[in-house]
Amino acid sequence: MIYDTLIAPFVEYEFMRRALAAVIALALGGAPIGVFLMLRRMSLVGDAMAHAILPGAATGFLLSGLNLFAMTAGGLIAGFAVAILAGVVARTTDLKEDASLATFYLASLALGVTIVSMRGTNIDLLHVLFGNILAMDDPTLLVVAFNATITLIVLAVIYRPLVVESVDPVFLRTVSRAGTPAHLVFLALVVVNLVNGFQALGTLLAVGLMILPAGIARFWSRDITGMICIAVVSAIMAGYAGLVLSFQTRIPSGPAIILVAAALYIGSILFGNVRGLVRQMFPGRHLEA
Amino acid sequence: MAARLQFRDVTLGYDRHPAVHHLNGEVAPGALLAVVGPNGAGKSTLFRGIVGILKPLSGKIVAGDLDFRDIAYLPQTAEIDRSFPISVFDFVGTGLWRQTGFFGGIGKEARKRIALALASVGLSGFESRTIGTLSGGQMQRMLFARVLLQDARVVVLDEPFNAVDAKTSADLLALVKRWHAEQRTVLAALHDMELVRANFPETLLMARGEVAWGATAEVLTVENLAQARRMCEAFDDSAAACVVEDSPSQAA
Repeated sequence: MIYDTLIAPFVEYEFMRRALAAVIALALGGAPIGVFLMLRRMSLVGDAMAHAILPGAATGFLLSGLNLFAMTAGGLIAGFAVAILAGVVARTTDLKEDASLATFYLASLALGVTIVSMRGTNIDLLHVLFGNILAMDDPTLLVVAFNATITLIVLAVIYRPLVVESVDPVFLRTVSRAGTPAHLVFLALVVVNLVNGFQALGTLLAVGLMILPAGIARFWSRDITGMICIAVVSAIMAGYAGLVLSFQTRIPSGPAIILVAAALYIGSILFGNVRGLVRQMFPGRHLEA
Repeated sequence: MAARLQFRDVTLGYDRHPAVHHLNGEVAPGALLAVVGPNGAGKSTLFRGIVGILKPLSGKIVAGDLDFRDIAYLPQTAEIDRSFPISVFDFVGTGLWRQTGFFGGIGKEARKRIALALASVGLSGFESRTIGTLSGGQMQRMLFARVLLQDARVVVLDEPFNAVDAKTSADLLALVKRWHAEQRTVLAALHDMELVRANFPETLLMARGEVAWGATAEVLTVENLAQARRMCEAFDDSAAACVVEDSPSQAA
């Protein structure tokens, strides 16, 4: 019975195995990015970026149908344009990052909607919006795995400046010119991982597998390495459980995965050992020193 | 090589309004210079110009053969995200940036140096605490430990003894004197005139520009301090573009 529910779907169906592999790749790449988004107080930036890349993906879809490469390229172009323009404006003018991003992503969204309405076909756009991880083919899976690998390598390269810039930006400016490039590269990684999550989770939920695991991790670890590990593990857990849930019920895969992650998050708020609510209610006696 | 800093008719400011107006002068290598003046006199602005995070509106700050990495800077209100999950050890370790850069490892030797720096500021035993758990004085000690590790030829300290107790400021002052003994150039913005008179041989008194610059006893006279206090603090929105080259007291 347990075997039938939890393991059999993956043994019997190739598409389930592919979906699981894709989710693991997405978790490995996206969760660490999510941790940095959270620590840099940019959690909502991920969401704004998801909106910003939507028109690019839609344009790709309109030009060449349901072709992942066209959609990915469109998404990357729109996302990079918005991310870099917003980043440059925030760093050269008085406008803060959030405000500058908001203006650019709204413009991008408006442009995208204009393009879509001019072409007049939006039948399969629901697919773009909500994704379908169960229809993942080999080339798509390879793209997802490739992007996750690139993400981890690049993140390793910019890790130190990214951490130092998060905690003490003025100091980094006095010892290195790497701060701004590292930040822009990080924004690019956000875009890559959002686009990566397209096929599996859809444009709007792609950000969920980045931010929710990061939120979960904050309740279980006090240091950044621990947070990243916990975020990746909880993203994989949510992905696996979400696939099982989706297979056994009629819930689409994307929402199923994010709902499981949300359940884990609520559990973490309640029972997490770093300032979880239950822990705060029963803190134990205070210490001697 | 001598690490001298030269100000050539430097004007620093914000939105074209000068906060430091037509400053000329030179900081000799190995100098121990106190920068004093009322709030808003331009001390922090001058320091930002020296470390290169604020570009002069006109004029030039010549650093000679100094690379920007040769200048260690301790800002007045460090924009540190104290909620960030980083340990005291790792934070202080970033002071080794020049050796480690992006990617270099922290080896045995470096670990020893970090431990030593923490010991010199009296923070041994704090290595694995996250920075958010430190008190104000401990935070300042930790920042000094990082400056120690930066091993810079020029050290710029913006009001380093603000809001720290007597014991901490005495400990940190001892570090400043040690840097001076090691021939490093030290610039410190300070408000405690007694402390300046007792410890700093050279003083620059500022009020939007130079009021007096030289040996501390000659600079910190009653007349000079009174003159510095008279300067006007507010920007004049309708100020005309400055064409006068030789009247630093007509600040904006």
